[in-house]
Parts: sequence; C-alpha cells; structure tokens
Amino acid sequence: MKEQKRIVILGAGTAGTLMANKLAKKARKNNWQISVVDQHDRHYYQPGFLFYPFGRYKESDIVHSRRKYMPKRVTYIQQPIATVEAEKNKVNLANGEKLDYDLLIIATGSQIAPEETTGLKGEQWHKSIFDFYTFEGSSKLREKLKEFKKGTLVVNIVEMPIKCPVAPLEFSFLADDYFKKCGLREQINIKYVTPLSGAFTKPKAASSLGYLLKEKNIEIIADFGVEHVDDQAKKLVSYDEKEVKYDLLVTIPTNKGDSLMERSGLGDELNFVPTDHHTLQSKAHENIFVIGDATDVPASKAGSVAHFQADTLMENIRRYFEGRPLEASFDGHANCFVESGAGKGLLLDFNYEVEPLEGKFPFPLIGPLKLLRESRLNHFGKLAFRWIYWHLLMRGWPMPGIPSNMSMSGKQK
Amino acid sequence: MATLGGKEVEVNDEGYLVNPDDWDKAVAGDLAKEMNIELTDKHWAVIDYLRAQHDEGVEMTIRKVGKSGVVDIKGFYELFPGGPLKNASKIAGLSRPTSCV
Repeated sequence: MKEQKRIVILGAGTAGTLMANKLAKKARKNNWQISVVDQHDRHYYQPGFLFYPFGRYKESDIVHSRRKYMPKRVTYIQQPIATVEAEKNKVNLANGEKLDYDLLIIATGSQIAPEETTGLKGEQWHKSIFDFYTFEGSSKLREKLKEFKKGTLVVNIVEMPIKCPVAPLEFSFLADDYFKKCGLREQINIKYVTPLSGAFTKPKAASSLGYLLKEKNIEIIADFGVEHVDDQAKKLVSYDEKEVKYDLLVTIPTNKGDSLMERSGLGDELNFVPTDHHTLQSKAHENIFVIGDATDVPASKAGSVAHFQADTLMENIRRYFEGRPLEASFDGHANCFVESGAGKGLLLDFNYEVEPLEGKFPFPLIGPLKLLRESRLNHFGKLAFRWIYWHLLMRGWPMPGIPSNMSMSGKQK
Repeated sequence: MATLGGKEVEVNDEGYLVNPDDWDKAVAGDLAKEMNIELTDKHWAVIDYLRAQHDEGVEMTIRKVGKSGVVDIKGFYELFPGGPLKNASKIAGLSRPTSCV
C-alpha cells in the first residue's frame, strides 16, 4: 500500500471538476485522499452564456449542481476560502476549518471585474450596460434585447486577456443574426470596439475571416483602449481621447483571477497565478499546480484548454509524488468552435507556437469538420458540445479522436 | 529586408525585426521615425523597461506598463500613439505582443 497523499482542489468549475473525476479514477490504486472546495453549488455551462441573451436555452440547460458531478471518492466542501498558507501547506476556510494538503491544485478560474473601469458598474449597470460573462448579466441582457428596437449596439473588450477570446465576436455575429430575424437590422448599428489591432490578429485567421465583419455590416474600431465610460452621455472614452457613442453597451470587462490569490500572495497584478507554461507547476511552490483560467500562461482561457492541460497535470502529479522530473508536455493547445451566425460556425485549432490554420479536423482529408472555414457542421458541433461537456468532459472521460497535444496532420501551412 | 540604422536588417511583414541581435539604438531611431515618433528620454525609459522585462521572460501587457512606475497608461498612449504596446515593442526590437486569433 502506498503512503496516503492528500490532494486539495480549489474550485469546482470546468477545470476543477474534470480533475476531480480524473483523479478519483486513480485514487484507490495510488491511495490519494481528494477534497474539492467551492463556495457555490451552481455549475454553469459557460459557453451557454453566449446564446442565452438571444433566447436560446433554458436555465436548466446551462446550470447544474456542482455536487452532482463530484465522484463518490471525493469529499466536496461547499465553503468560501479565506486564504491559502502555502508555506504551511494549508488552506483556511471561511468557517475557520483548516485543510492540510500534500499537493494543491488551483482551479479558481477567472471572473469579470467591471469595477476596474470607471463608469461601468454605476447606476447604468444592467440598464444600458451589460456583460454576458455571468448568468445574471446574460439573463438581464436577454430581457433587454427583447425591447431594443433601434440605435447603436457597441460590443467592447476593455483589455486582454479575457476568457474565451472569440466570444465577443461571436456575440456580434449572433446579434446581427438576431436583429435580422426580428426585421430590425436596418435600424440598429453594430460596432465592435477592441484594444487589439483588429478583430483577428493572427495572419491566417485575419485573411480567412476578415470578410465576416464586412459581410455582416459590423463596424470595427481597433486599437481602442477604454479609459472610462461616461454612462450619462453614453459613450466610451479612450486613453487617447477618442470617443464612441452607444445606446446599448455590451462590455467584456477586465478579467481577473480570484481575489483569494491576492489575499494569499499567490497571484500577479491580475490575480493570475504565475505558472510554468509546459509543466503547469506554480513558479513559487513546487507542490502547487494550476489549471484552467487561473494560470497566467499565454494560452486561451477556455474549457478546451483546461481539458488538454488535464493530461499533463495527471502525469505530473504522479511524477511529483514519485520524486521524478516533471514532464513539460503542455503545448498551449486550444480548440474552439466559433459561431459565425446564420446557423454556421468555424473551428479553430492552435497552440502556443502554431496559429490557426486551414484544413480538416480531426482526421486529415476526411474531417468531417473544416478548420477556419464557415460550415453548418461546425455550428452543429458547437451545439453538440453542450452534451459532450456535461456527459464526457465533466466526468473526466477523453474526447473521442482529439489528442491533448495539437496535431499538424490535416492542417495546411 | 529594410535599411535601418544604416544597415540592412531583416523585418517581417509587419515591420518587426526578425533577428533580435540586429537591434541597436540607431535601428530603434529609424523604426520610430517610420511611425513619426522622435525618441526622447521618456521613450527610452519605456523601451529599456520593455527590453529588461523581455529578458526576464515576462509577457507584457499595457496594464503592466501602466503599473511599472515608468509611465502611466495615458502617458504611454501619448508617447506611442495608436497601439502603444505594439508600437513600443516594435521600436524596442521585440516581437509583436501575443494576442488570441
């Protein structure tokens, strides 16, 4: 019998839940005692927040109980976390209880922080200014869109990095579609305002997809860094004193890691945890590993990334306990379906080194999915993903046909 | 290829240096001139900071520059108008800041 090891996972979202399930499958053999801490029981299927404002899905499609996805071998503790005392290998819960660990997994994700920008979270918050990165924001926006009949809709990214970096574009495409179906598109301007130099900034994606905004008559305003929002005059004001007026503002506020990191001295200036890009070990403490949106690695903040990271993390947890060198195998792999509106979608597959390319996925020549091209099948892929998420991903099962490391087969350079 | 700082250097499609070793102050001055920027001490403080951070392997963001004590974000936009991090990185001989797709 191996010596017992205590593993504590902070956070029961996408990354924490799938790690709990993967670890539980190996717990008996390795004599691991696993605990998961999260303050809430509501587990959101976050990609659903993109569709929810447009009247698709009902609440029960996108909200499940976190507890329901916890395997029997795992102790689930529903409590806020006060601090992590990394020097003492201890987690202090809000109720005064303490959890000692041999290995800690941080999976506390990222959240929006509208309070970082003057004017966003004032009296107009959820009246003429909305987010769609929370269930509350997405629900209120759903009501607002029903009564919005004319004027200017501005979709704005405050600063990078953000969770699911293509979601704001998808939102713009879906809004175009929605207002067309309502017969209101002629009366509504859609503007996409970004701090980046364009909607797509990687060369292949920019040249393959640049037509989309033009085709949908969405005006792009690039290199716009929001300094503040004047919520009375309803305008965005940039650091270099440019202005964009809106009637309805859909903002993607600054994203930050959990404030627990600040309280525990574990985060950077945005509360993300400095993490080795390839082993996922925290840079400050060798028995702390980080997965998903909580890291500072320059991969997309997206569920698929957490899923691909999980294999590296499983291997490195074993190696850490056995005192062997860690495996530097995570390559930044991300894979995302992008809704382009009108029942079509795109598929992107990329990593730290390789930009999104055209080709077929997951099987060379056959596909059936096309990379970096609009198709109906990609749209259905996106819809089918909700089932895959709840039934396969969260239970810790692999995705059929999709390896954790990015493959170049089927891609055109 | 482009002629910068009195020598032939290789640049990519977007005008960023391909070989970091080609960079020197004269090259920086010419890269800045292409953007109609005349480099002052304030510009150099930012460039030096970006290069030092790069050597330590830190991914740069506008927010980090704003919190560095070297320049605030508004000042950063005034020094390198348009896209300050993008433009300052180019002049500093670094690659384009990473972003998504």
